[in-house]
Amino acid sequence: MIVRISGEGQYRLDESHHSKLDELDNAVVMAVDGGDEDGFHASFEELLQFVRSNGEHLADEDLAASAHILPPADLSFPEAGEEFTGDGLIPEPS
Amino acid sequence: MPGMSGRFSTVVKAKISKLLDKAEDPGETLDFSYQKQLENLQNVKKGIADIVTAKKRLQMQSSKIEQSVVKLDTQARQALASGNEDLARVALERKNVAQTELQGLDQQVAELESQQQRLIDSEQQLRSKVEAFRTKKEVIKAQYNAAEAQVRISEAATGVGEQMADVGLAMQRAVDKTENMKARADAVSELEAAGTFDDLTAIGSGEDDIDKQLKQLSSQSVVDDELAKMKAELGSGSAPQQGQLEGGEGQ
Repeated sequence: MIVRISGEGQYRLDESHHSKLDELDNAVVMAVDGGDEDGFHASFEELLQFVRSNGEHLADEDLAASAHILPPADLSFPEAGEEFTGDGLIPEPS
Repeated sequence: MPGMSGRFSTVVKAKISKLLDKAEDPGETLDFSYQKQLENLQNVKKGIADIVTAKKRLQMQSSKIEQSVVKLDTQARQALASGNEDLARVALERKNVAQTELQGLDQQVAELESQQQRLIDSEQQLRSKVEAFRTKKEVIKAQYNAAEAQVRISEAATGVGEQMADVGLAMQRAVDKTENMKARADAVSELEAAGTFDDLTAIGSGEDDIDKQLKQLSSQSVVDDELAKMKAELGSGSAPQQGQLEGGEGQ
């Protein structure tokens, strides 16, 4: 599964990371829903960090499309309100 | 489509399909895509240049205010040395306002700087992808029949399209930010036009209005503290020779 962090690049993650990604994604949604700005920054950073450290950075010339696109690291709390809603960005593993 | 609920994903997907649907003749799609990619690269370059221009303007403004801070500080010292505490207070109030503006500007410049850097990185990624697409397109054309080549090249074009859309979003955010900064820079210019950062000695009697606004803007306690500190320094050190304000170096 390929995940893009907007403004940063693409990472190839093993399918086995899907449920952890979903869990981290849900934590961001909960923080945003609860109006918890500090919680949002912490959980969002954790989500991005998980992708960066568990994913393999794709070469610039790789032309693969991403399965998921995460917002840029400097996403503001008001912007996050439009972004992280409902099921979040990563769906439940089927 | 699962996992595509976020706004970023939605916008990116919409941009990609718009890009790929444009050409109706399949044979043309690929060359059209490549043309689009090149145009897009040009636009990104132009966007980065615009950000650099906006940043330079803010930096110039920032250094002008910095000079005002130094000048107003000098004037406050001179006023105090010649026993004019009221004038010294006015100078410090203005210095306080100028410093607050300076902090705001410097922070904005730093934010712009990091966005500029990110755009430069994204542009590099896009350049690599466009180049890879150009090569891949020719290889696929040579290896597959027309229908299958079309499918495979479309897949590759999707990969480039995603990068293009992503750079586009980054540009949009940077443009929004520079718009905000323009508003702030305009506000600073208004303060300048009102004489807020001007040479104090050049101001005549019509300063009441500005002074009133300044008292509201500047933190009284900061000014009081600084005045006290300045007094102590003047008291312990040797007082400047010149007793006249206009004799200072702030000309």
